[in-house]
Amino acid sequence: MVDDIPEKEYLYKGNTACAGCSAMLALRYILKAAGPNTIIVNPACCSTVCQGSYPKSAYGVPVLNIAFAAAAAAADGIASARRNKGKNVIVFAGDGGTVDIGIQALSGAIERDANILYVCYDNEAYSNTGMQKSGSTPYGAITTTTPTGRQDSKKDIDLIIMAHRPRYMASASAAYPKDLYAKVKKALSIEGTKFIHVQCPCPSGWRYSTEKSVELGKLAVKCGMWFLYEYENGRLTLNAPTKAALKRPAPLEDYVKPQGRFKGVNLERLHKEVDEGMSRIRDLADIETLEKAKEAAQ
Amino acid sequence: MIEIRFHSRGGQGGVTASKLLAQAAFLEGKYGTAFPLYGAERRGAPVTSFTRISDREIKISSQVYNPDIVVVLDDSIMDLVDVTVGLKDGGLLLVNTHHDEKLKDPKFKKFRVARVNVTDIALAEGLVLSGNPILNTPILGALAKLGVVKLDSAVKAIEDMFSDDRNVKAAKAAYKKVVV
Amino acid sequence: MKKMATGNQAAALAVKEADVELVAAYPITPQTEVVETIASLVEMNKMKASYIRVESEHSAMAACIGASASGARAFTATSSHGLLYMHEMIHWAAGARLPIVMANINRAVGPAWNIWAEHTDSLSQRDTGWLQNYAATVQEVYDTVLMSFKLAEKVYLPAMVCLDGFILSHAIQPLDVTAPGDFLPPIDMPHALDTKNPMSYGNLTGPNDYFKFRRAMQDAMKKADREARSIEKEFAERFGRKYAPVMEYKTSGADTVIVGMGTLAREAEVAVDSLRKDGLKVGSIRVRQFRPFPKLDLEGKKVIVIDRDCSFGAGGILAQEIRFHNDVPICNIIAGIGGQDISHDTIAKLVRKAKPQGEFWLGVDV
Repeated sequence: MVDDIPEKEYLYKGNTACAGCSAMLALRYILKAAGPNTIIVNPACCSTVCQGSYPKSAYGVPVLNIAFAAAAAAADGIASARRNKGKNVIVFAGDGGTVDIGIQALSGAIERDANILYVCYDNEAYSNTGMQKSGSTPYGAITTTTPTGRQDSKKDIDLIIMAHRPRYMASASAAYPKDLYAKVKKALSIEGTKFIHVQCPCPSGWRYSTEKSVELGKLAVKCGMWFLYEYENGRLTLNAPTKAALKRPAPLEDYVKPQGRFKGVNLERLHKEVDEGMSRIRDLADIETLEKAKEAAQ
Repeated sequence: MIEIRFHSRGGQGGVTASKLLAQAAFLEGKYGTAFPLYGAERRGAPVTSFTRISDREIKISSQVYNPDIVVVLDDSIMDLVDVTVGLKDGGLLLVNTHHDEKLKDPKFKKFRVARVNVTDIALAEGLVLSGNPILNTPILGALAKLGVVKLDSAVKAIEDMFSDDRNVKAAKAAYKKVVV
Repeated sequence: MKKMATGNQAAALAVKEADVELVAAYPITPQTEVVETIASLVEMNKMKASYIRVESEHSAMAACIGASASGARAFTATSSHGLLYMHEMIHWAAGARLPIVMANINRAVGPAWNIWAEHTDSLSQRDTGWLQNYAATVQEVYDTVLMSFKLAEKVYLPAMVCLDGFILSHAIQPLDVTAPGDFLPPIDMPHALDTKNPMSYGNLTGPNDYFKFRRAMQDAMKKADREARSIEKEFAERFGRKYAPVMEYKTSGADTVIVGMGTLAREAEVAVDSLRKDGLKVGSIRVRQFRPFPKLDLEGKKVIVIDRDCSFGAGGILAQEIRFHNDVPICNIIAGIGGQDISHDTIAKLVRKAKPQGEFWLGVDV
């Protein structure tokens, strides 16, 4: 798979991202997987700014910048027009524009089986507007609207998406770019609505040193705070790094300590949440085993 | 009325520096105002902010075009931007730098040039946030030595905003170390 | 107590002093500091309000409507696209006769994305039945939020306090954080949802009756014009700061007058001073109260209106509104669009070259 990744870049130097931005790392691999026959739909989010200011753009494919709540609907509009048949229509949206203000449009698009790939790059806050809490902000995280740390739990958008039964769904990470590349390639080979949720560590919002993005992204998966999996035909398949993490998770502290946003977090409560999350994903992934056991019993 | 323009990179506290200066002026009973240019700062990108100080109410809210003072918190900006554009003849140019190479340019001859190494001062005090040395509080000390505000007002302005006393220590160190 | 504060902080502090019960807001640049300040105050127990971090602006206004309909003092803040996303509910709040106060940080509308100052966002809401005021200083933001609660609660119409994005929202200036005391009495709303007196609000209403509700809103606007004067008078008596629907500067004896709103109109006063030094008889008028729209004293004067907005197909909105009361030729300058900087030097130049009539865009025609 490593040898298959093309060298051509569609994300140019001069993009105006923060130093250490892993969302741009994710986009780089997404665009490599998608190639030039692609249209990006970009609601208000960090990616809006990363393109750079008029008159230049750092993205090497056509981009429709669109209002915050409207990405999935706008993308469906492009995909449904017959002149666009065969083109990759990809939404590249932040967590705020997906989980909160954008959820209505996304829900409608999946329900209609819109022929789009919706990528939610998740930096777990409204980063573009200065790090306010979003539906994806994890318990305990400090944001500008949760200055003493979020007291309740994040919204599990993946389960919401799964309830819509999209053609293909995946959870990925900017810290595992080859895995992300493979998932995007797979998604684009399928007709209908595909959803990929990519965790993108954000040095500005999570308050860590800019060179640690990939390291922290890997730790998130290794300690069970983020999972790598695919969901297709009602079946959830865990990817190897997550299988390993469920067997022997790395210490949560290793992930949490370097991040200023978790300063003062109740680690015990966070542990409990992470354990519950791991237990939940185990149950979901075991559905196949359960069905097989049922069949065997009949 | 005096007008000051600050050049910095996002994340270095340039906007806060302009506010601290306005605050110091306010504490002296003057009318001070400060604001960023554009306001959407990204880490590492060049950022400009302004301060205006007067004995009377200031009704001007547009950008500063002809500053009396230009403060440069990151000398690498000088390779990208002409930091002295609009600076009045005889105006003050204060640069955070560890050497005076950049200041030897003949075009700076018509200005009053001062330098101080607030990066090293901040590092020496352990004044660091997310890997970046804090430059705005020490630069205020340098500005005080250059007569823009009194040292007492600068110290009080810093204390009003920051509880860590290393900020004041760094400001006082810069006050001593600034060179014209 | 005097301190330095930004326009955004001033709005948040006024909300705190007004003892608001419910704040529901969604972040958008350049409003974010308003909600972040409120979030901090609430979490530090310095403010008793409930703060709902809603998932969109439409919901922000809906939540405020809910709270206000039950008799609670409610507040939100937004800008540009957030305001536009709320639009349906902005109509709703006024139609429901709810005294909600909202700070709108004036910002241009996309596409293209532009986060800087422009008045088109709030002016495009001028038909909704909301009271509208435009502030030009940090102190005025604070004072106007307080006065707006009082006025809104007198006439039962929601009120918008507008401030220029970045230019005022992010600028620090000295602020006197005056406690309102009983200037703002507890809210009294006869039409609040009341379990002891059950009523349904907003029911289906046919053509024979609906117009009566709309006429009542128009009457409330007229009443607001009168009530605002007595509120300004009371404010001046108690707190020493005088406000009026229009703030005139050196208009007496002027043969030319510059009209504008927000910070540019205050900066115009500096232009007036320099023009007067050169012997030109120029004055300026800063329109503070936009809804209900006041009548301006323009008799026998050359009128230059600077519009930080545009209604496509009809020109500057301030110019149009002025023509409602005053039948005068207007030199309408469209400037400051998308945050285009307008200095007093530029204003003075524009005045010197101003034609008697027409529409002129800064950067294109002048």
